[in-house]
Parts: sequence; structure tokens; C-alpha cells
Amino acid sequence: MTIGLGHYLTVAAILFTLGIFGIFLNRKNVIIILMSIELILLAVNINLVAFSTFLGDLVGQVYALLVLTVAAAEAAIGLAILVAYFRNRGSIAVEDVNLMKG
Amino acid sequence: MILPAVFFYLFSGACITAAFMVIAARNPVHSVLFLILAFVNAAGLFVLMGAEFLAMILVIVYVGAVAVLFLFVVMMLDVDFAQLRQGFLQYMPIGAFIGIVLLAELVLVLGAWTIGPDVQQAIATPAPPIARMLNTEALGHVLYTRYVYFFQAAGVVLLVAMIGAIVLTLHHKPNVRRQNVADQIARTKATAIEIVKVRPGQGLERT
Repeated sequence: MTIGLGHYLTVAAILFTLGIFGIFLNRKNVIIILMSIELILLAVNINLVAFSTFLGDLVGQVYALLVLTVAAAEAAIGLAILVAYFRNRGSIAVEDVNLMKG
Repeated sequence: MILPAVFFYLFSGACITAAFMVIAARNPVHSVLFLILAFVNAAGLFVLMGAEFLAMILVIVYVGAVAVLFLFVVMMLDVDFAQLRQGFLQYMPIGAFIGIVLLAELVLVLGAWTIGPDVQQAIATPAPPIARMLNTEALGHVLYTRYVYFFQAAGVVLLVAMIGAIVLTLHHKPNVRRQNVADQIARTKATAIEIVKVRPGQGLERT
């Protein structure tokens, strides 16, 4: 009944897979795709913290902190781009975003 | 000894269920709320692992800032989300296929790995025992000394994100009249008023 490193890694793997699955499942909705990316980053954080705890090394938690920072910045920029795009085009459907295709 | 296991299964089960509902919910507002639930449960997992500071940061940053930002954007954009869900079932097979392949790979990795014998010597910053120093204090001792440049770089990343988000979303509407201080100060008596002598019975003629 002891909870070891493998248990946490399993949870992180399932979360990661759910994030990837969400990107494919909601291919038209950018907001859900951004949320799936957040889920993936959360899974990575769980992995980092689990290894950090079970190896007794603090670097993993420092790194998780940096991942958290980048995730917050990414969400802010992504949503800002989304709002600007919606203001210009009136739609956020992913397949409409092909103006730069030439 | 049974209690940590019970809480682990509680938190991880709720976290995975909420994560599944994030990608499966019909309404994006529900998706965001389930995302918040997933983050809170992940924070519970962090507490179980002994990373209290990161757990609190997760609640504050993710639930308090990022998820609320998502909620604002979802509620602000007037989008027909039902139309965006078309093709949901069409993408299901390829998504399920890739997800299963990925999960199988991860399971294979999980079943086969071992911690190398040299890892214990390679630990860069060993965590001090909990009786001597709490997690937050230990993290601060490491973060502000050895990894201070990374800390500064994270700050720069946040600054760039903040400026970028403001630049992207700020726009001036052309029809809004705003206060122009320079114009107000530059006004003189000559440009502002005109003295007109009105003769009785003749009215006023605009020039």
C-alpha cells in the first residue's frame, strides 16, 4: 500500500496522454487546445516534483517553478493572440487560421 | 500508513477524471472549471509529495490567474461553440490511436526504468531534512543563491509576456474622444473666446 515513485509517474503519464488526446479531439477549438497544453505542462510538473522528492534533490522543484512560469506566460500570450484574432476575424476556428499560407 | 495511500488515490482519481472532463465537456466554461479542479487536485498531490511551496504556487498562479484568465476569455468571446464541436467524433479514432500509442510507450518506459547507481552522487542540491528546514525555506535557499540567474530569467519571461499581452490586446477606438492635456494647456484667450457686439434689433450674423 506504499505509494512510490511509480504511482506518481503513472498519474503524470495518464494526464499527459489525456492532454495529447484533447488536442486531437478538439482540433477546431483553440481554447480547449490551450487547456490541453496546460494539462501536459501539469503532467510534466508532476513528473519533475515526483523525481525531485524521491531522489531528494531540490533542482527538480526549481525546474518545476520555471515550467510554471513559462506555462503562465504562454497562456497569457496565447489568449491575447486569441482575443486579437477574434477581434479582427470574428471567429476562432482553427481551420480559418490560414492567412499566412500564401 | 493507509492514510497517504487513500489521499493519493483520491487526489489522482479526481485529477484524472477532471482532466478527462476538460477535453470532453460540451461547454467550454465547464472545461475551465474542470481544469481548475484538476489543478487543485494536482496541488494536493504536490502536498503529498512534500512540495508544499509548489502546491501553493500552483493554486495561486494556475487557479488564481491562469484559469480565471481562461474563464474571462471564454465568457468574453461570443463564439458558437456548438459549431466548433463539429467533427468531434471524426477526430476520435486518430486521437484515440495516437493516445493509446503514446500511453503504451509511456507504460513501457515506466515498466523498464531503474535509477542508475551514480545518481546519488550526482545530486546537485540535496534537499535538507524536513526537521531542519521546511520545503519553502530550502527552496528559497537554493533559488536565490545557486539558481538566481534562472530566477531572473523567469522574471524576464513574465515581463515579456505581460508587455506582449498588453500590446496585443490594447487598441484605440477611432471615435472615442479623449482628454488631450497639451491641447488644453495651449488654449489662450485669443483662440478660445470671441467678443461680439450685438446691436439691438439686428440679431447676430455668424461670420
